[in-house]
Amino acid sequence: MAMQTTIIGQSVPRLESKDKVTGRAEYIHTMQLPGMLHAKVFRSDVPHGRIKSIDTADAAAVPGVFGVYTGEDIKTVIPEPYYGPAFHDQPILALDKVRHVGEPVAVVLAEDPHVAEEATQLIYAEFEELPAVYDEIEALDSEAIVHDELKPAGTFPDLKHLAGRRDTNIALDYHLRRGDTDAAFAEAAHVFEHTFRTQQTMHTPLEPMVTLAEQREGRLILHSSSQSPSFVRIEISRLLGWPENKVRVRVPFLGGGFGAKVYIKTEALAAAMTLLSNRPVKYAQTMEEQFYTITKHPCTFRIKSGVSEDGAILARECEVWWNGGAYADIGPRVTQKSGFTAAGPYDIENVTIDSYALYTNRPPAGALRGFGIPQLVWAYEGHTDLIAKELGLDPLVFRRQNILKNGRPQAVGTELVDTEIDGVLEELGRRMNWSTPLDKGEGTVRRGRGIGVGFKASISPTTSVAIVNVNADGSVVVHCSTTDMGQGSDTVMAQIAAEVLDVPIETVIVVHPDTDVTPYDMSTLGSRSTYHMGHAVRLAATEARDKLAAMADELGLPDGHNVPVKELFIRKFGMQAGNVVGSGDYKPPYAPTDHDTGQSPNATPYWMIGATGVEVSVDTETGHVTIDRMVNVADLGTALNPEIVATQLSGAAVMQLGFTMTEDMVYDAGQVTNANLADYKIPGFFDIPFDMENAVVEAEQKSGPFGAKGVGESGTFGVSPAIASAVDDAVGVRITDMPLTPEKVFRALRDAAGNPLEEA
Amino acid sequence: MSTEKRTINFTLNGREVAAEVRPQWNMVEMLQNVFGLTGARESCGQGLCGCCTVLIDGKATTGCLQLAALVDGKDVQTIESLEVDGELSPEQQAFIETGGFQCGYCTPGMILMTKKLLDENPEPTDDDVRHYLSGNLCRCAAYPEIIDAVKRAGELRKAS
Repeated sequence: MAMQTTIIGQSVPRLESKDKVTGRAEYIHTMQLPGMLHAKVFRSDVPHGRIKSIDTADAAAVPGVFGVYTGEDIKTVIPEPYYGPAFHDQPILALDKVRHVGEPVAVVLAEDPHVAEEATQLIYAEFEELPAVYDEIEALDSEAIVHDELKPAGTFPDLKHLAGRRDTNIALDYHLRRGDTDAAFAEAAHVFEHTFRTQQTMHTPLEPMVTLAEQREGRLILHSSSQSPSFVRIEISRLLGWPENKVRVRVPFLGGGFGAKVYIKTEALAAAMTLLSNRPVKYAQTMEEQFYTITKHPCTFRIKSGVSEDGAILARECEVWWNGGAYADIGPRVTQKSGFTAAGPYDIENVTIDSYALYTNRPPAGALRGFGIPQLVWAYEGHTDLIAKELGLDPLVFRRQNILKNGRPQAVGTELVDTEIDGVLEELGRRMNWSTPLDKGEGTVRRGRGIGVGFKASISPTTSVAIVNVNADGSVVVHCSTTDMGQGSDTVMAQIAAEVLDVPIETVIVVHPDTDVTPYDMSTLGSRSTYHMGHAVRLAATEARDKLAAMADELGLPDGHNVPVKELFIRKFGMQAGNVVGSGDYKPPYAPTDHDTGQSPNATPYWMIGATGVEVSVDTETGHVTIDRMVNVADLGTALNPEIVATQLSGAAVMQLGFTMTEDMVYDAGQVTNANLADYKIPGFFDIPFDMENAVVEAEQKSGPFGAKGVGESGTFGVSPAIASAVDDAVGVRITDMPLTPEKVFRALRDAAGNPLEEA
Repeated sequence: MSTEKRTINFTLNGREVAAEVRPQWNMVEMLQNVFGLTGARESCGQGLCGCCTVLIDGKATTGCLQLAALVDGKDVQTIESLEVDGELSPEQQAFIETGGFQCGYCTPGMILMTKKLLDENPEPTDDDVRHYLSGNLCRCAAYPEIIDAVKRAGELRKAS
């Protein structure tokens, strides 16, 4: 079965291509079951309040309504109905209190979704309003306390110490201490301090979040748009007190995820509703409802650096406040796991980081393509450019002078290995023609350019398990719980299995996550699948290959025989029969961070690097910014499928472009006023740079499967600060809070000219 | 709310069909509920993203805003009509060749718009493509590859 070509490194088209162009690809949002009911949700219209009464009588009387349910009804099937990956703080339906506008309060079930929708408008709830807090800084000492007591889940050992803390909105505080910052600041020739802010945004996957729940044979089956089928099974089992094998979670394709669909979102409500109604229940969100369900953290970041006379960064102090909204979701992990990189990819001996997860009365915030990294890069790269400008240094030279190199410890105490940050910067500089001055334009349109680089640790430690099954005809089935949401994981896993087994990729299929038949995977998030699941599939395929070799040996065949696999099975079983099954699990080595110093000798198995350079035009009469050119460069180890890798980089960069330029959840008294795609502007055809390049540097992650590491988020890292720096380069104003709307840029221009615009 | 159904007759992907529809159903619901066709999907629900695109009497229409009952007597074409006897259309083939999708949720709408554009303008420029497809959103941002796909589809159509 020897083959000449290797499939690793080939741009194999996505396995499911034909299904996607014919409209046949399966998504749960279009799924139906016989006898199915639709769930429509009545939501809170106050940001913080005690529930005084919920009147469902008129809704229940609407013809066609099957039933109306509140939090108290949920308790009859799930006595402790609080869920969440980091904290068990989120009730399936509000109990006693509501904590944000849009929180689910009651549910109507009906066969016709229009009937259910109409009936929700006949539910009347009375709330005793409580003081509310929306800002992450105000939440530190606000009289409004979102949760009376912290309830860490116990899933993560490093959150256990928080149990029982009362009367605080700080859900988690993470601290890193390295060297002696006070002494270094005293020594430094220059000290700089800036504060940066980012706004709240939403993933808006075009397939809104959805779960269709049903019961069969005393089991619960959840067809769900989930990035985390294994976690959903564990969490639903815990809520019900059932063994894991009584819950089945099945996930076909996702119409986008971007972190919105990680851990548990629509599943608990759908599960409770099918148990209460004894009917299949579909809870399909609308685009609007997604804005009330999960968002990206707004963030305030105060950063201070001490710099020597010759431009070396001697010390850095970081304080980061993450606005987690009303429920923790995975926010505390963002605070910590991304928090430890807040000082940036620079070699700094003296670092302090204090990173805080805050509860507020906004919709919950969680993971969104970068897990907090883009918020941090916005600040540390903006800070870097402001320092360079002040000291008259070239931004690229200043960065490269201070950049972290392999063999040097990052602030968390973990040495860099196989990480080409400087190589990425060098390549970016080359592609941007950085050494050649840019034509800055004249008159009312001015041009400028900027760069930004960021890095991310892989969330660790996490586990992936895979099964590779070789059928008696030699065809191969890969079982893994990685969700393909467009990133091409099915294709890459098939490439890995085909490579190890030395078979054509056309003979390999990948079973979509189904917890009955696909083994445990921590989740499809954080650019972890290629590395972690890639290893698991590699190990499983290797075991299968070894078993086939043993089978040949048993049949008396010599090494290097060329008997086809199909023939082996026939010789062994006397007919086309049997299977060879290999399994593999992978969990990288890890050392936990010290509670007091935040230090760890091994905090991550690999680092992901992304840098972006842009050239922009700024219309000084309108504040409008046009991205003329964008270059994205990344270190992702070896690219297993170069074309898919390139589209991951460009897709991530364009998504971050939306967060940088237009996307912003606007509030009025705690109510999001633009929870729809008409008023919340995501990038379209006219928003992408006309000239966009995506490149990878030659690199190898030696610990990775075939030299690979993750790439799904790297394209987001450098985009926002690069654009703000380019605007500064063009017109001399620095925006420190995202997004860079024309109004904001124009106001800054007028402020700089000493002629400020009046507030609207 | 009336849940009474009425019967409409129309042409769906070249075949005469009858459907019992509720007055509040939109095209996406009818296609999914009555015909099991899932290529047109609801996403934004406001006619802004194009995931629900169908062609009605040859005109590209956002299916989430189009009441199903009103297509009585009309000609409706969906993404499911493009593959004929197992042969993908040039537009579908081009999207695969150029990698013009990631998650695939918006893809049927993009491909129907590509077909419409090329029917009207067989050699569109990049700017023509941007204008014509500007009512379709792709959150994975496969926009550069989609522009390539439209141009490639133009070539394939000419060759066939």
